[in-house]
Amino acid sequence: MNIKRKKRRKKSIEDWILDIIIYSILIFLAFVCFYPLWYVVVASFSSSRYIASQGAFLVWPEEFSLKAYEFAFQDADIMRGFKNSILIEILSLPINIVLTMLCGYFLASTGMKLKKPIVAYIMFTMFFSGGLVPAYLNIKSLGLYDTIWALVLPGALSVYNAIICKTAIEGIPESLPESAFIDGASDWQILWKIILPLIKPTAAVLVLYYGVSHWNAWFNASIYLKSTSDLKPAQLVLRYIMIKGGMIEDVTGGVDAEFSLYADTIQYAAIVIITIPILCVYPFLQKHFAKGVMIGAVKG
Amino acid sequence: MIKEYIKDIKKNKVKYLIVLPVLIYLFVFNYRSMYGIVVAFQDYRPRRGIAGSEWVGFENFIRFFKDPYFYRVFRNTLSISFTTLIFAFPAPIILALMLNEVKDGIFKRCVQTITYLPHFIALVIICGMVMQFTMTNGLITNILVFFGMERQNMLLNKDFFYPIYIISGIWASIGWDSIIYLAALSSVDQEQYEAARVDGASRLKQIWHITLPGILPVVSMKLILRMGHIVSVGREKILLLYNANTQEIAEVISTYNYRKGLLDADFSYSTAVGLFDTLINLLFLLLSNKLAKKMGQSGLF
Repeated sequence: MNIKRKKRRKKSIEDWILDIIIYSILIFLAFVCFYPLWYVVVASFSSSRYIASQGAFLVWPEEFSLKAYEFAFQDADIMRGFKNSILIEILSLPINIVLTMLCGYFLASTGMKLKKPIVAYIMFTMFFSGGLVPAYLNIKSLGLYDTIWALVLPGALSVYNAIICKTAIEGIPESLPESAFIDGASDWQILWKIILPLIKPTAAVLVLYYGVSHWNAWFNASIYLKSTSDLKPAQLVLRYIMIKGGMIEDVTGGVDAEFSLYADTIQYAAIVIITIPILCVYPFLQKHFAKGVMIGAVKG
Repeated sequence: MIKEYIKDIKKNKVKYLIVLPVLIYLFVFNYRSMYGIVVAFQDYRPRRGIAGSEWVGFENFIRFFKDPYFYRVFRNTLSISFTTLIFAFPAPIILALMLNEVKDGIFKRCVQTITYLPHFIALVIICGMVMQFTMTNGLITNILVFFGMERQNMLLNKDFFYPIYIISGIWASIGWDSIIYLAALSSVDQEQYEAARVDGASRLKQIWHITLPGILPVVSMKLILRMGHIVSVGREKILLLYNANTQEIAEVISTYNYRKGLLDADFSYSTAVGLFDTLINLLFLLLSNKLAKKMGQSGLF
């Protein structure tokens, strides 16, 4: 019998039906995932008169208008929110990466008598916490209330991410650090010269995970900042705009009648503006998905 | 004995120093806040601080055991959690199974790229879109009116809250959550498929006998872990979507906790509820972990 014969099994009717069903559902899913986002973009470039009167299916901007973006870029709150979010990223990411890597390195290390209790100390925080009010009281007692640090420091270390880091470090063949050790290298040198360079992909995944998490965060800002604060990050500003109907910060300090007229489209423009950094980063995320998520997946 | 530990510290000086910042950080932000739990046993007054507030023992706990609103909140938490589990848990699995039947190529990559995207959209934005689309004149409202629904603001209707909550959740996570299942499926031995084809097995039979067993370990693991969080429902999304009309079925422990604790400044009561919540969560997590181990999986610890 010809075992190596190239198999060209005829597709049965059942195969075709299955294919049609599967492809249809996938196309439908892709459409449903994509269209709401597309709608937001298209609506942001449309006139608000059209949006308010129709609210219907949009495929392309109707009554093209940049008014919404005009307003959004002039809105002090939106621009300040964007800047604050960038500031939070700049302050947080180095802290996040350093803490996570230090933690991951320790978790991956062996041969220490005190390792067990220290690991218990670290892991316990994953399962037990004081809760909302104690956390709030803690931040207040540290004098961090209504400061940028209240948005940077809590949650700066995700033990879950540290475990991803640990798994990555454990993936380095034992022989490398060992031979360096034999050559007289100290733990510190081994960490810097051998381990860190080898887990660059993991570091990239961590930057992306933390980065996206900070950019999309709003709740901590809502409880740790005064309602009049200038430090509101982008998503919190967005929330105020959406739920409270948003009032544009006018020089005169009054409600802007023109703003309320354009409110819908301005919201959409604000969403687009604030989501652009994520979309820019998305292609880079793509490359690391499989690898990064796999490493995380190993630990469930 | 002590000598051994001193020797160990000297030998591993660098490693201990490396982890020290981590330990300090966790102390300041995690352990130090745990001290605040003592507030649950007090009649906490902010002006008097923790030291100056009166000790009341279990009074706060008795209070919420007697509070009928608390039971409703607890029931809501379980309702939402179970309903989400039933509908949202299988969704990414089914997506993974379907994607697995599609041969690698542009179509597959496109579908994956597009379905992963919602995961990265901020919750505030997703809820904002939900609000816009379910308004009286919104996109989704219009579509449903076409199918016979009465025109209304859907978020003000109790009956629509769970569907909106769950479906928007599936929308946001179906793609991203399918990655793990896809990875598991890709590790299924291709030769099994070959053998089945030679034996004349149909596609469906192949899926049933080879593909499904292939992801069973991952599915059961994830299910058990998910059961460990069955009493936990996150507060952010509900906070963003609920209102006075839907509060009756939408208020969960975490949002109740937030309202009472931070908005009403009922610190002691809220901390007591929070502590109870954390302990129940821990209990379920330990039980589900035990179950995982019994079934041969490695569990979390």
